[in-house]
Amino acid sequence: MDAVVVEHLQRSFRVNRQKEGFWAKLRGLIKRESETIHAVKDVSFRIEKGEMVGFLGPNGAGKTTTLKLLSGLLMPTAGKATVLGYEPWKRENAYRRRFSLLMGQKNQLWWDLPAQESFRLHKEIYRIETKRYQDRMDELTDLLEIRKQLSQPVRELSLGQRMRMELIAALLHDPEILFLDEPTIGLDVISQNKVQQFLKYYQEHKQITVLLTSHYMKDVEALCKRVIIIDEGIIKHDGLLTDVLSQLNPQKVVTLKFSEHVESTQLSEYGDIIEQSPMTVKIRLGKADIPGVLSYALAEYPVEDVSVQDRPIEELFAELFSRRQTTEEETRAAVASM
Amino acid sequence: MESALSSYRVYFEIFKISVAERLTYRADFIFSTFVRFLPIVTQIFLWSAIYGIGTSSPRASINAYSYQDMVAYYLLTMVARAFSSMPGLSSGIAEEVRDGSIKKYLTQPIDLLGYLLWYRIAHKLVYYVFAALPYGIVFYLCRQYFTHTPTWEMWVGFILSLVMSFLIGFLIESLLGLAAFWFLEISSLMFIYMMLNYFLSGHMIPLDWFPSWLTVWVDLLPFKFTAYTPCAIILGKYDNSGILRELCLEFAWIIGLWIANRCAYHYGVKQYSAFGG
Repeated sequence: MDAVVVEHLQRSFRVNRQKEGFWAKLRGLIKRESETIHAVKDVSFRIEKGEMVGFLGPNGAGKTTTLKLLSGLLMPTAGKATVLGYEPWKRENAYRRRFSLLMGQKNQLWWDLPAQESFRLHKEIYRIETKRYQDRMDELTDLLEIRKQLSQPVRELSLGQRMRMELIAALLHDPEILFLDEPTIGLDVISQNKVQQFLKYYQEHKQITVLLTSHYMKDVEALCKRVIIIDEGIIKHDGLLTDVLSQLNPQKVVTLKFSEHVESTQLSEYGDIIEQSPMTVKIRLGKADIPGVLSYALAEYPVEDVSVQDRPIEELFAELFSRRQTTEEETRAAVASM
Repeated sequence: MESALSSYRVYFEIFKISVAERLTYRADFIFSTFVRFLPIVTQIFLWSAIYGIGTSSPRASINAYSYQDMVAYYLLTMVARAFSSMPGLSSGIAEEVRDGSIKKYLTQPIDLLGYLLWYRIAHKLVYYVFAALPYGIVFYLCRQYFTHTPTWEMWVGFILSLVMSFLIGFLIESLLGLAAFWFLEISSLMFIYMMLNYFLSGHMIPLDWFPSWLTVWVDLLPFKFTAYTPCAIILGKYDNSGILRELCLEFAWIIGLWIANRCAYHYGVKQYSAFGG
């Protein structure tokens, strides 16, 4: 069963263009020039109940806009979407009781008060029964190891502790669907790990549906089997993370270590040599070529050790998005010089 | 029934949490309460100079207000303002619209206006608890300025008009704040409102001091309920039917402003989700 159905969703914004310079500004007083930005151009996807999907893309790709559309903060310019059968932008209370939106950069706890006060307010807002509330609190504070800090004012908490409190606030009412926008932003590695582990455990046990955006590929790698990659408001890839990776990168890096000095090899005929020294060769090979090249190398050279690795996921995405950005920058520069 | 009970419980919880928040900064709060009493001294001096008190020819009355009446009026406007002024309400809403924290009210099953109202009620009640003693002392020290004894009808009218002035003040300022859905920056709008309100509410001088052609118009506006009306009632400027008329009018304004707020919120959120975000 699909929890989220998105069909040809579009969302554009009109922004006033402000020109530089005195006269241009003065002219702007009389005639406002506006520009339409297509944040989400054409987005369609489905998410099954109980799936955890990573939503990836560079800044300004349309990730957050899509999440805002799905949580009812924005109305689409065109297209359709239903979440748990509801049209999000109608903002029905019945829908609002069943989902949660957590933005890593926004704080929704009362700053000057202990987090438990905010939780008590959530208990009433979401009409959680007292017994159930107690159980949820026990469960979540144990999982997140944050029970002791419950009575400490939020402003005194570390960023990592605060984020875990935000997670409790978002999950207290047992949402069936969770939208996470950069849940680990700014956190140190340890806190990041804790949040990841928690989300993984929680999602697997409760089988809730999660759509997660993150800049940290580690989050996505650790949590999501499936990823949707969006860029310039359009979906570029949608599928299993492993498939997307091999599509993006049909190559692997093979490292050969020799037991004695090898002055020169013929390996460059098969792939790009990344690194070469008398004792080691690092070469990028197409996946299909690996067995052949390896047997050739083992026969020809004194190979002591072999390792075959995927390229780091960060590197792949950085390459994918930077390719787009450089072409965009070039066109911008070209337009500007006209 | 069940839903009425649970929304009551939500508001009670908002009330409790707001009180707790308010008590966090007790020291600052008590200090600011005391600072607010300082202008009293200068105001009393000002009016005594205007009336020529201590000179050879003091004026017995100006526009039917004796010197005592005038000081009493001034002290009473302070009480009325303690009910009707809403520091930070408009700017708070505008800030939440601008920085996006308004999303809290849009993604959770709560109502922004109800939330803000109960938050304000809590803040006001905490304020009265802390300010009751200093107000008591001031009124005791200034007892010589209160020359007439109000009737019980005046007392009832006074108290009702104070409670309603809280609502009028709240509704006007929240309406201004909701304008941020369209304008984003409302600080100059706020400034105009504060200037006009200082004048049109009777905070500066009693409204019956204005020329009659102006009074007719000012009478049609809701601002007078935020300062002048409660003071005029307790000072005996209205007879009983006048008190009743003013209270009914004030109530009608509350209904009207409430509807205006509801509409502004409804269309504001639409505007926000259609254009902003």
